[in-house]
Amino acid sequence: MNPPVSGNRLARHPMMQLVLSRMREFWRQPAAVFWVYGFPLLMMVALGTAFRNRPVDKIPVTIVETSEAPAILKILQQDERFIGPGGGVEILSLEECKQRLRTGKTLVMISANASPDADYTFTYDPERPGSLAARNTINNLLQKAGGRLDPLTVSNNEVREPGGRYIDFLVPGLLGMGLMGGGMWGVGFAIVNLRIRKLLKRYLATPMKRSHFLGSMMISRLLFTVTEVLILVLGARWLFGVVNHGSFLAVALLVILGACQFGGMGLLIASRAETTETVSGLMNLVMLPMWIGSGVFYSVERFPAVLQMVLNALPLTPLIYSLRSVMQDGASLLSLLPQIGLISLWTIVTFALAMRWFRWQ
Amino acid sequence: METPAIRCRELFKTYAGRPPVEAVRGIDMTVAEGECFGVLGPNGAGKTTTIEILEGLLPQTSGEVEILGMQWQHAAESIRESIGISLQETRFSDKLSVLETLTLFRSFYRDGITVSEAIECVGLEDKAQAWVKNLSGGQQQRLAVAAAIVGDPRLLFLDEPTTGLDPQSRRQLWDIIRRYGAQGRSVLLTTHYMEEAEQLCDRVAIIDHGKIIALGSPRELIARLGGEHVIEFTLTPNATTLNQQENGWTQVNHVTGSVYEDGCHRLTVTQPHLVIPQILSHVEQAGAQLASLTTRHARLEDVFVQLTGRHLDDTLEKQA
Ligand SMILES: Nc1ncnc2c1ncn2[C@@H]1O[C@H](COP(=O)(O)OP(=O)(O)OP(=O)(O)O)[C@@H](O)[C@H]1O
Ligand SMILES: [Mg+2]
Repeated sequence: MNPPVSGNRLARHPMMQLVLSRMREFWRQPAAVFWVYGFPLLMMVALGTAFRNRPVDKIPVTIVETSEAPAILKILQQDERFIGPGGGVEILSLEECKQRLRTGKTLVMISANASPDADYTFTYDPERPGSLAARNTINNLLQKAGGRLDPLTVSNNEVREPGGRYIDFLVPGLLGMGLMGGGMWGVGFAIVNLRIRKLLKRYLATPMKRSHFLGSMMISRLLFTVTEVLILVLGARWLFGVVNHGSFLAVALLVILGACQFGGMGLLIASRAETTETVSGLMNLVMLPMWIGSGVFYSVERFPAVLQMVLNALPLTPLIYSLRSVMQDGASLLSLLPQIGLISLWTIVTFALAMRWFRWQ
Repeated sequence: METPAIRCRELFKTYAGRPPVEAVRGIDMTVAEGECFGVLGPNGAGKTTTIEILEGLLPQTSGEVEILGMQWQHAAESIRESIGISLQETRFSDKLSVLETLTLFRSFYRDGITVSEAIECVGLEDKAQAWVKNLSGGQQQRLAVAAAIVGDPRLLFLDEPTTGLDPQSRRQLWDIIRRYGAQGRSVLLTTHYMEEAEQLCDRVAIIDHGKIIALGSPRELIARLGGEHVIEFTLTPNATTLNQQENGWTQVNHVTGSVYEDGCHRLTVTQPHLVIPQILSHVEQAGAQLASLTTRHARLEDVFVQLTGRHLDDTLEKQA
């Protein structure tokens, strides 16, 4: 009746069993799976879409109905920005034109011969983003059609290649953030939960080796991390064409370092905490400054210089900096030695403190 | 001489704090190999503290502990290999199955029985694949016992294995423990339930306020009351004079003890058929009337009441 117990020696090793238990518990908890795997992906999609480089911006305008209006319409429609959804020129009555402008549906209202000393009058709200640019575009088109000649020639160079976009900046940041959250929650929360349930004490009453227990925590963390990173990196590649400009090995090494560093922090935070409230409070306290200040969403350089010194010393900052340098610029690990040194220091210090303070019961 | 399963001398434990709590205040006991030993006591008596010191989970303030002839300071590893434990409260991982939980625990021990043997031993065969959170309270307790015996221990510690269970689940666990003890292993269990101790234990130690106040086989302890029978009776409320002479009843022949509590007289007697007529005549002389009268065999509970003037499980007594 009972399924046979596996005779495999590896399968019967306590470390293997502890890792397996961690994995099973995790996968059987849909909420945890979502927060660890689904959430960073969703965040990437949302932010990547919101800040993607839009195709040519459309310009919605109206022309006040007069005998000149069709001529103006013809001139403007030579430019694609005035055609199609989101753009489009329309000839409407004065009342309707004003109403559209007021409600923000159009950027500029064009009237021909509205005042005795002007051929065209542009009505717009200069405070509205894009309205001034729209006015200038319209002016240029009308002036050219009226016979203006440009004395100088110019050419434009627009940067839109993969590697330099916001999403390329964002993905290493999200990777770092995922490593932080995963390490803290995956190790810290799990341990406190075991302590509350008195399972930690129960394990201790068996011949289980403490090193096996802690080792299994770290191994399962690394295994979860592999999946987490793969999902994010492959997702970014398929959805946004984000590629790694550096060496794969360098990224892998940084990811492992980061997982260890934050696994250590999780362990440290969990070393004394006796309730889930304490541990989640402590974690948020530790993570919040790094979410804001470690360069996940925007560069650390945006902060005042004094603050930057502090922020650069936080555990997440050198990790994200290194990931970004490798993935975006193809930097070598050698050039990142100071950052790697800092990460290692954090790892060693947190582990040492955690071992000292860890309370098994 | 055979090495005892457990021996402790002058065991003290004071929890630091304001004020410090003297949870254990000088406990000596010896549990022989193959013996089932019960530690009985009310809430806060120090049962869990004592058992956890013996289990090596809690450092004692002072005193000596020897488990299977070994000491925790020198042979923690080998002691852990040869004992099995069920804590007063452990909640196994909700989302692991019975089989998975036991496979995990089995992996911690060098030698032991197979997981399926452990499952069979506690009768959880048809729940082997069920998640822990879907088990009933009794089934979870049986899982705890299975996890305790999966390493094939020579000595089993069970801290209140049946608290909170319905009578049927309790009996199921008793059978499991009895079968285990029948294999010549030693068991130390704590309980609130007198009946449990009487059913399972070769010897019991009754502890109160961190001290052993009585030690012996259930039979011996009951015999120490001086009488094997208990007569309980209540009088109508107007019998004030009789109710006041609380200890007067011990003057009656064949009465060895007397307690008056909540309007109820409880006498331990050797010869109920000789005592009852005397009670009746005393009552009549006082012009009072009997409201109720029952007789029964003396129980360990009566020993505790006799020794402390309190009941072992106050909550239980109030329900009854
Ligand atoms: N960690 C602790 N710190 C301080 N005092 C404690 C601690 N654990 C127990 N005590 C106190 O020590 C005394 C004995 O507790 P213990 O848990 O050993 O009692 P018990 O006999 O097991 O009771 P119960 O039947 O309720 O399980 C109690 O007064 C309790 O409040
Ligand atoms: Mg207890």
